[in-house]
Amino acid sequence: MIQVNALGDACPIPVVKTKNAIKELHGAGIVETLVDNEIAVQNLTKMANQKGYGVKSEKLSEDQFRVTMEIKEGSVSAGEESAQETQECLVVPEGHKKNVVVAVTASVMGTGNDELGAVLIKGFLYALTQQDELPKTILFYNGGAQLTCEGSASLEDLKSLEALGVEILTCGTCLNYYKLSEKLAVGGVTNMYEITERLTKADLVVRP
Amino acid sequence: MSEEKITFCKGGGCTAKLGAQALNRVLSLLPKGERDPDLLVGYSSRDDAAVYRLTDDIAFVQTLDFFPPMVSDPYTFGQIAAANALSDIYAMGGEVKTALNIVCFPEKWDLNILGEILRGGSEKVIEAGASLAGGHSIADADVKYGLSVTGIVHPDHIWQNNTGIPGDKLILTKALGVGILCTADRVSEAPLEGMKAAIRSMTTLNKEAALCCRNYGIHACTDVTGFSFLGHLHEMMDDGRLSCKVYSDQIPVLPGAAECADEFLLTAAAQRNRNHVGSFVRFEGIPFAMEEVLFDPQTSGGLLVAVGEKEAQGLLADLRAKGLPAAIVGEICEKEESGAEITVS
Repeated sequence: MIQVNALGDACPIPVVKTKNAIKELHGAGIVETLVDNEIAVQNLTKMANQKGYGVKSEKLSEDQFRVTMEIKEGSVSAGEESAQETQECLVVPEGHKKNVVVAVTASVMGTGNDELGAVLIKGFLYALTQQDELPKTILFYNGGAQLTCEGSASLEDLKSLEALGVEILTCGTCLNYYKLSEKLAVGGVTNMYEITERLTKADLVVRP
Repeated sequence: MSEEKITFCKGGGCTAKLGAQALNRVLSLLPKGERDPDLLVGYSSRDDAAVYRLTDDIAFVQTLDFFPPMVSDPYTFGQIAAANALSDIYAMGGEVKTALNIVCFPEKWDLNILGEILRGGSEKVIEAGASLAGGHSIADADVKYGLSVTGIVHPDHIWQNNTGIPGDKLILTKALGVGILCTADRVSEAPLEGMKAAIRSMTTLNKEAALCCRNYGIHACTDVTGFSFLGHLHEMMDDGRLSCKVYSDQIPVLPGAAECADEFLLTAAAQRNRNHVGSFVRFEGIPFAMEEVLFDPQTSGGLLVAVGEKEAQGLLADLRAKGLPAAIVGEICEKEESGAEITVS
């Protein structure tokens, strides 16, 4: 494994340093890059996805992030499919995992009493963090968008899921509708095309 | 002095802009005084410059722009910073009248460097037909330079950015990719030809482009700068009132920019642009490098104009005759309830 210190480096230096480290591997291996801002994490992740490397990132502190890339033999020319495989390998080392997508469509779980529903959804998201098999993606749309924003009781759980490599995506149209665009506190923003793609390509969609 | 020149460029230009998201948060909290009816374009519209009506025939246009160097040559930097600042007046349909220098410069550096920056800037102000009327300088750790510019415009002929009409064609007057190329150049990976073309593009005033546009019925206009082609196009969609199609195969791109994007020589600003407007955009089978070019922050970018379909070919021919790499890059459509605001195909 090669470690790259790109703390204090502005884009594109973290990417350039990481590319050099990958060259030094001369084949398969792991490169760990430390950066001090989330935008650099996103640019590194973009590169890994394009190149078909496995990638995960962790937030170590307010201004320290670790991006880990797994380069497989010949993965430079590999397509997107193997990218997803390696990504899963990193999250759950022992093998075959289904592509599970969780679709959170409301700020509460179940129908009946919303006060109870709010407690239930918080419990559900916490319980997700404790599962052996994590979902690949959690989608938040309509009322669900409130759960990824400031003031949500589930932010800590969602941040730890994200650190474990779970993709957290919130519908941008919904954020705009609820006037929450400036308040998103975890994960990325997505659109209906990505949401549709994640749902149709899933092996299993879980709707709490 | 040669040692200091090495650190002259730390990655600047419009890539140094604060993110739109962060900025909007602060701006929305500012106290707003009583609305002056003569302030025709102000904060609220997110346009390129402010416009204030003096009489029924004359309004003044005001703008300010400055940033750290994005190229290593001080004279070239001065030209680019000035061309970039002057551009906001052209984007409003105005005529440039006066400019003031804004400069930050390290006290211990060779003053010849400062002289070169200011020489580049004043040459562009003269080329614009304006007068350099003064300025303000500050001793600072890093170099920054730009202009505060004042121009005039007829109050009835202001080109706002959000007044396009469905059916309009979108014309872009400069090629994209200067952010990627300057970033690649910082790590010595930009192709020489590409960098030369980027500098030519950034030092070109939008004066000729604006003059061509005046002969046509322009419905909306902006200049493409830090928020990228897609970011500024999003502002033209008037908060979702309009939608548009972008013809990706018509987008003029600087030589080498796509190749550098494929090497992931990307700016932080481009990723911020993607985070800010990505959810409004639908890409239909667009290569990664082209996506990056469309999110690339431009320094001293071209005008992006909405003009009626019948006039589009005539305007395009005029722009090309002036040697500009202009192209019809898309069209404005009615808002579609279920569709994306911007569809790139």
